[in-house]
Amino acid sequence: MIARIVVTPKPVVNDPQGITVRQGLATLGFREVSSVRVGKYIEVNLDSTSEQEARQRVEAMCKQLLANHVIEDYRFEIETDGHRRR
Amino acid sequence: MIDQVVGAELSYLWHKDADLKGCDCVIVPGGFAYGDYLRTGAIARFAPVMEKVGEFADRGGLVWGICNGFQVLCEAGLLPGALIRNASVEYRCEWTNLVVERTDLPFTSQCRDREVIRVPISHGEGSYFADPATLSRLEQRGQVVFRYCAADGRVTSNANPNGSLHNIAGIVNARGNVLGMMPHPERCAEAELGGTDGLKLFRSAAANAIKVLAS
Repeated sequence: MIARIVVTPKPVVNDPQGITVRQGLATLGFREVSSVRVGKYIEVNLDSTSEQEARQRVEAMCKQLLANHVIEDYRFEIETDGHRRR
Repeated sequence: MIDQVVGAELSYLWHKDADLKGCDCVIVPGGFAYGDYLRTGAIARFAPVMEKVGEFADRGGLVWGICNGFQVLCEAGLLPGALIRNASVEYRCEWTNLVVERTDLPFTSQCRDREVIRVPISHGEGSYFADPATLSRLEQRGQVVFRYCAADGRVTSNANPNGSLHNIAGIVNARGNVLGMMPHPERCAEAELGGTDGLKLFRSAAANAIKVLAS
């Protein structure tokens, strides 16, 4: 199974990277862009017996290490045999 | 510097060490432990020695995180909040002025009340963040030890080098034995380095470390 995890800065956290990227896009002419947030994408391959088990394990991974709850939110989807579920 | 300038006995602890070699004060220094992978300090907090550092802090031992060490202590949950990318998105390496807001701590006892000390910073991710409830608790309990300020001690946005909330440069835990700070006092502890204000902190810690654990 593959867990596809997206970690983003919390809305209340200032994201200077996002602000800088937005300015870059504006310079290139993408004036419709109102804001940009830069986060990270983490792909975890894991051997789990069920999707439910994988979901619980990935949740624990996010809480303990992959995301810092003070500054970041996370979401993930589990892919089993080509089926994607959020 | 600890041994040759301050005159205290020094032991180096390795990340794999299973004990603290009888230290009375543990300093978690700056650097880029584990390459800052994932987040600054995120992996270092799982180093075997960190478990002992946590137990030591629980017993009231002095733990002092500087720069990356501060980030590690936040990730380890020994201090509240987190350090995020500088507001300028730049790595900043420069002298800053800090107003010392607590002088009753083992780390600052040799400073005068609201003394302004000159200490350099050197970081890309030193912008202190905490949620509003945590921040107001820190302020109410007087846990902000150092704030970036102008040379005359005024705390202004111009004096804030990284976008830290409330100009926070260093905080202490509620018990007063775990200190974290982004500026580098070890880089201004000898005249040859351009300043000696950092020496006051090391002398304070050295003078108080044994007393703290005995009490």
